[in-house]
Amino acid sequence: MSAISQHPSGLAPVSTLAVPTWVRRLRPGVILATLVIAFFVLAVIVPSLLATNNPLSINLSATLQAPSWSHIFGTDASGRDLYSRVIYGARQSLLIGLGATGIAVGIAIVLGFASGLAGGIVDGVINRFVEVLFAFPVLLLALLFVAVFGPSAKTEIIAVGLGTAPGYTRMIRGQVLAVKDSGYVESARALGHSYRRIVRRHIFPNAMRPLVVIVTLGVGQSIVWASGLAFLGLGVPPPAPEWGALLDAGRDFVTQASWLEIMPGVAIVVFALSLTTVGRYIQQRLEGGITR
Amino acid sequence: MSAPLVEAALAPHGEGRAGEEPATPPPGRRWRFWRRILFRLVGAVIVLWAAATFTFFVQTLLPGSRATLLLNEQTGQQKQYTAAQLAPINHEYGFDKAVIVQYFDYIGGLAHGNFGTSYEQHQPVLTIIARQVGPTFALTLTALVFAWVIALALTLFTTRRNRLLSGLGSGLEIVTAGLPYYWLGVLLLVVFAIDLQIFPVVGGTGVTGLILPALTLGIPLAGFLGQVTRDEFEKVLEQPFVTSARARGMGDLQVRLRHVLRHAVLPAITLSGWALGALISGAVIVETVFARPGIGNVIVTAAQSRDVPLVSGVVILVAAVYVVANVLVDLAYALIDPRLRAG
Repeated sequence: MSAISQHPSGLAPVSTLAVPTWVRRLRPGVILATLVIAFFVLAVIVPSLLATNNPLSINLSATLQAPSWSHIFGTDASGRDLYSRVIYGARQSLLIGLGATGIAVGIAIVLGFASGLAGGIVDGVINRFVEVLFAFPVLLLALLFVAVFGPSAKTEIIAVGLGTAPGYTRMIRGQVLAVKDSGYVESARALGHSYRRIVRRHIFPNAMRPLVVIVTLGVGQSIVWASGLAFLGLGVPPPAPEWGALLDAGRDFVTQASWLEIMPGVAIVVFALSLTTVGRYIQQRLEGGITR
Repeated sequence: MSAPLVEAALAPHGEGRAGEEPATPPPGRRWRFWRRILFRLVGAVIVLWAAATFTFFVQTLLPGSRATLLLNEQTGQQKQYTAAQLAPINHEYGFDKAVIVQYFDYIGGLAHGNFGTSYEQHQPVLTIIARQVGPTFALTLTALVFAWVIALALTLFTTRRNRLLSGLGSGLEIVTAGLPYYWLGVLLLVVFAIDLQIFPVVGGTGVTGLILPALTLGIPLAGFLGQVTRDEFEKVLEQPFVTSARARGMGDLQVRLRHVLRHAVLPAITLSGWALGALISGAVIVETVFARPGIGNVIVTAAQSRDVPLVSGVVILVAAVYVVANVLVDLAYALIDPRLRAG
């Protein structure tokens, strides 16, 4: 998007400082959120770089210690350093979030494009199907899957993916419809381009534009849902330091060692919030909402 | 709940209000209004049937033999059984019939209010649910009220005020909308029940025991409703009728309360029906955090013991509540906005 398109007067912004426009447009909140995401991505790739202790080393002389300088998130009932467990848990949690979002977006692309492009009966049938999926709250659908297939990471990913798919399907369908009615598609049609070419060259790439946003926002949401399931004791089986499993393990100690619940929760909240912040920022940039 | 999902949810449901046609003479218009309601009800029944079908087929995906799972859960063992041992179970639960026959039995049963029998508790699913529905109903309803009160207060007093106040309001909404229930619940529990000891730690069903769980459930929804209402509120503040009300010398608060709010709450009303699903999902977690009795507790225990009929029963019932609530919201909407009645 060029600077000119954002200034209807046709005047380029007067620059007093020799700082590129895109740098000046960055907001402190977005920078902070990006740093948080970078931190967790690093935790996924090389957790040993960020962890202060071995996440599995048991120390029975230091059980259930409150957060302090040596254990910034405190220790659990076996004396394991909670901060290091959170760091090592990032990988599995993020994979679950990505997997669930991947399934949701995959379903949404197929259904969204089919209903947006085909219209008519296909559109009607898919809309009904989406409406039916909407009637199942994400967590209840997940519980049904757990009851049928037993708790595992795979069940978690499929259930959360299926549960969040209808929202994305509606979004993509809306996007396809909007692009289909746009001026450039009409021009392409007037120029006599084939339907297939129009879909491939114009509709597909343009309708996929908000995908970055969807995925960014979706991963955070999926992690929150999946960790909720784990909190109920129905997630990934215990030894893994996945974030939801940490919550589940801490549940028995809420009254005496509340940090076991609060700290992994902080990690999830901060990470999800950062993803939301960055996702919204990209969304605004794509839609041209930021002019200042 | 994030912004794009809000937009997705706000998109009209099917042909709900798509057919805006020019006004016709009164008798035809009224007929059309009732016909639309009829269509909406038929649509709701179809969605329910499809939801039940979906639930049934998820059940048939169960890996291995259901009779084996059942026997293992009942006896607390993990082993294989001989065909002779499994046969009575298969016969009792109808697993020996063809899937299509099982399907029609299931749907027919649902239509007559028979949701099956719990594997674990050996009681009709509906009886178990009916016993536990009260506390969950009280919890979700109180949470909905809290959410609306908080959201309305936030939008009324912070939208388009000075920069600091507006920023604070919308920031608060974004943060609260993203808070996971389990975390918020534990936080409130630790601060208000354990440290300050204002509320009981393990709630029971009394009024004081209801406040913290309802707040836990209501606060994220408040942030969500607040975001939607704020957007609409800002748009309405630009409308000519607001300027004219101000020109008539009406005070700012008056304008906001009497003119702007009425328009700004419409999308949030639609979303309250949609948010019901999120509320019930949340109730499952909140009931676990505060050790409250209720539907959430029933379904979590059932999922742990893999009591498939009980879990399915709750899921179908919740889907039904969701569908009915959304029909009611649509009707309420048509009553509030006269333009839709004519459509």
